[in-house]
Amino acid sequence: MAQFILPPNSRVTDGEHHAAPGGAANTRVFKVYRWEPDSGQNPRLDSYEIDLDSCGPMVLDALVKIKNEIDPTLTFRRSCREGICGSCAMNIDGRNTLACTQAIDEIDGDVRIYPLPSMRVVKDLVPDMTHFYAQYASIRPWIRTQTPAPPDRERLQSPEDREALDGLYECILCACCQTSCPSYWWNPDRYLGPAVLLQAYRWVADSRDEDTGGRLDDLDDAFKLYRCHTIMNCASACPKGLNPAKAIAELKRLMVARQ
Amino acid sequence: MQFRTPIKEARGLGASHHGTSHWWAQRVTAIAMVPLMLWLVVGIAANAGGSYADTLAWLGSPVNAVVMVVMFGVLFYHAALGLQVVLEDYVSHKGVRLGLVLGVRFLAVVLAVSAILAVLSIALGG
Repeated sequence: MAQFILPPNSRVTDGEHHAAPGGAANTRVFKVYRWEPDSGQNPRLDSYEIDLDSCGPMVLDALVKIKNEIDPTLTFRRSCREGICGSCAMNIDGRNTLACTQAIDEIDGDVRIYPLPSMRVVKDLVPDMTHFYAQYASIRPWIRTQTPAPPDRERLQSPEDREALDGLYECILCACCQTSCPSYWWNPDRYLGPAVLLQAYRWVADSRDEDTGGRLDDLDDAFKLYRCHTIMNCASACPKGLNPAKAIAELKRLMVARQ
Repeated sequence: MQFRTPIKEARGLGASHHGTSHWWAQRVTAIAMVPLMLWLVVGIAANAGGSYADTLAWLGSPVNAVVMVVMFGVLFYHAALGLQVVLEDYVSHKGVRLGLVLGVRFLAVVLAVSAILAVLSIALGG
């Protein structure tokens, strides 16, 4: 059965408190999930008081400030700091989003930061994405054609056909939607999840791809596709404003259309 | 030590090719239930306060008996499909899940056959 209570060694305890330097007037408390695999300790919630007058506007700025000035052992992924790489996806104030595009002043009270839910934690805010990436690779997310490409130019596409990819190609595979989905929490081994299904539809919807039927064949499964019960957490979590639930609905529609 | 690759785990046993038929059957039966349930509610309301004999006569008329038999068939088919989805969501142990799904299916068939037999015995004057 589904497990609703964390096992004893996973329960989060209170951690250390780091006060702001004296004289700071405009402060916010950041409560950050910390766990070291080698320590043998339970996860803990460290709190850091941050002087917002000497910190950038985004949650990622605060995390970088903590790592630079307070605690260099804090571990998290980040790269582009502008919402295009998807590295800094984490659970901030109860919602999966990108730390680099989440403004601190949009959050009321203490800023609680956890790793993406349901994923195995590697350390602190770093989740193990191996299975997610393997699921993405399993749909073979590249163009599959029988017709060779024209020797003198690229494969052409009408403006209308290109428009069909809007709302799909923008996905950065940050896994915010994937790990917000209760269906994915319960059946991550077999359910492909909203992010991978949106990518699957991105290739089904591509006018240049010639393996639409094969792609649908690979998804025609009670677990791979039909674990989606239109809970819609995916659409509300997506930091890029995309709608994976709509892509999944399109896949279901095509499944029926070809019967 | 884990020697299997992540892709081997992700691909698993592949697609069953039965997902769509289950999902579609659940949607079709759901649509069929809309008029059938409206008919049932109106029918029961029309018989409210009536005598036992009146209700038997209402249920025994050919049209009502046919619709009632169809309603029971669709109802228990839809219930079995839906409960299977719930079990697949929340029961992760494969053996337990298979046992529960089979139990639900058997129970649905027994209940559907019993209900339909009851309607037929009234309609055919058993």
